[in-house]
Amino acid sequence: MTTTASTNPLAVQPKTASSSRLGLGRIVIYGVLIIVAILFLIPVYMVLVTSFKSIDQVSIDTMWNLPTAFTLDSFVRAIERLTPNLINSVILVVPATVLSAALGSMNGYVLSKWSFRGANILFPLMLFGMFIPYQAILIPLVQFMQKINLYGSIIGLIVVHIVYGLPITTLIFRNYYAEVPTEMLEAGAIDGAGFFGLYRHILLPISLPGFVVVIIWQFTQIWNEFLFGVTLTKTESQPITVALQNLAGSQIVEWNVQMAGAFLTALPTLLVYILLGRYFIRGLLAGSIKG
Amino acid sequence: MNRDRVIAILMLSPSVILLAIFVYGFIGITGYTSLTDSNALQQLSGLPSNFIGGQNYTDLFTGALNQRFRVDMVNTVFFTILFIAVCLGVGILLAVLLDQKIKGESVFRTIFLFPMALSFVVTGVAWKWLFNPTSGINKLPTIVGLPAGQFQWFISQEQWFQFNWQDVPQILAIILLGVVIFFALRAWMREQRQRSAFIAAIALLLLIWISFGGAANLNGMKVPEKQGFNVALVAVVIAAGWQMSGYTMAMYLAGLRGISDDLREAARVDGASELDVYRYVIFPLLQPITLSAMIILGHISLKIFDLVYTMGGGDNRYIDMPGLNMFFTTFRSNNFGQGAAIAIIMLILVAIVIVPYLVSQLRSETSL
Repeated sequence: MTTTASTNPLAVQPKTASSSRLGLGRIVIYGVLIIVAILFLIPVYMVLVTSFKSIDQVSIDTMWNLPTAFTLDSFVRAIERLTPNLINSVILVVPATVLSAALGSMNGYVLSKWSFRGANILFPLMLFGMFIPYQAILIPLVQFMQKINLYGSIIGLIVVHIVYGLPITTLIFRNYYAEVPTEMLEAGAIDGAGFFGLYRHILLPISLPGFVVVIIWQFTQIWNEFLFGVTLTKTESQPITVALQNLAGSQIVEWNVQMAGAFLTALPTLLVYILLGRYFIRGLLAGSIKG
Repeated sequence: MNRDRVIAILMLSPSVILLAIFVYGFIGITGYTSLTDSNALQQLSGLPSNFIGGQNYTDLFTGALNQRFRVDMVNTVFFTILFIAVCLGVGILLAVLLDQKIKGESVFRTIFLFPMALSFVVTGVAWKWLFNPTSGINKLPTIVGLPAGQFQWFISQEQWFQFNWQDVPQILAIILLGVVIFFALRAWMREQRQRSAFIAAIALLLLIWISFGGAANLNGMKVPEKQGFNVALVAVVIAAGWQMSGYTMAMYLAGLRGISDDLREAARVDGASELDVYRYVIFPLLQPITLSAMIILGHISLKIFDLVYTMGGGDNRYIDMPGLNMFFTTFRSNNFGQGAAIAIIMLILVAIVIVPYLVSQLRSETSL
């Protein structure tokens, strides 16, 4: 795939013929799009409407109605319950994202510009690591973490996310750097730059879009992750997704607090997606379209 | 330059070593664990576990106590088929519609794609509320005065297409026979007579084997066991489809944007209608994307865990999946050996889908 990350893969090509006639066909097209868009937004409506209700307003009969009295009660309750876990998630996501991006950048540089014999076998073997069901490594992983005394700690979870993030970050950077003409590096090499000099002075200055794609991708993935979060932590180190599931699975079903909690959990990644959507899409497509 | 080459390999090696241990080393350990009766009691008392060969696997597929696993396998098959169908269908529909020079395209795109930015846990919590049988979606028709829906969604106990688990080897053999016959016919249509005859011979052998009860003999279950399509899965398919359809839309849209306008124009000049342009020019060009999407979605559905955990919580067998079963077998029932066996079966299923894909993707790259 082409990874000039600054361009949007979904951008409209400049069209030559003007075929945008108005007519019955166009109306049908817009009609279908609007109906599907409404269907896609139903859960959002429900989450928001429910989370602005107080518990005595949440009844089965009025589930679809707007709140009669606008209240932030459920948000206050959800924030109360989820704040420690929100902090855990931040402590987890920031270092894990930055370090896996840095390692991925270095790996991508080596694999695209310093390829060696056997690299074309090694690379797919590395990539396979992002497709495996993590259940297949979970039992030894838990035992290993217990052995090195990182079980139940956020640091342990950071290490795990860095390791299993390596395949995708390496893939994105490898494809990104593959687009950089080798002549640029050769010119640098003539000027006497070595392995690190070439990276620092030629690749790193043009890496920003690549880093944005990788950081957004890793941030979203790690923030949303659940399986490692639920198996490798103790109560005090649980990330927010696990806390939300506990909130939802508890005996007393306070739907308004649950919905407020779901909204809070979704907010950070949602903001990133809305503000930096095109970079998010790049990361999304990187995992599927030709490696 | 040579020194730099050494540095390059040195810089890559930490990642390679980490992945070698955390992926392949750990898979090896899980594989070994799956051949033992390892459990929490042994671990706590410091006793070694006993090697029991393939017993865990035999138990899973035929043991009286392991019906849950077989339900999971059936659920996975039906869920995967429906989930892929929904995502591909909705994805291509939205992509084609958005490719019609739509005003406000980016707004629509943002709406269709935003669920991808969410955690499956959030999706699960929101849809669980919507699928509440006494309210939620079922209540929607009453707004326009229609009677409320009666479907029980994710807690439905309805089962369609019931069959006996003992017949599974035979059913699989007949499906295999169908596939072989398909390839024989395809070779015939393409005038590859010799190849066609060869494949037909294989089909004939398979048919003889099936009709003499070869496949039926593979059944290891002593008692009949009723299985079927659990209709509750429809709820999970809707929630997962809501989350992932935007992804296929994005893939198709990227593909559509890669097809040059000249090509469409040329087809139109040749007298093709707008539908023909899609049918004969664009859809064939999108086929590789369909295959990629099927593989990516397929491996996601085989691994699905968070969503069913949130919606079913591990008690709802009607939407249970192997990933969930592995988690509960291992970390709640402390039966590590059997949990490992489920994990290895999941890994094999995913590998069957992913390995050929990885190989072909990277091979086509090096040939460029």
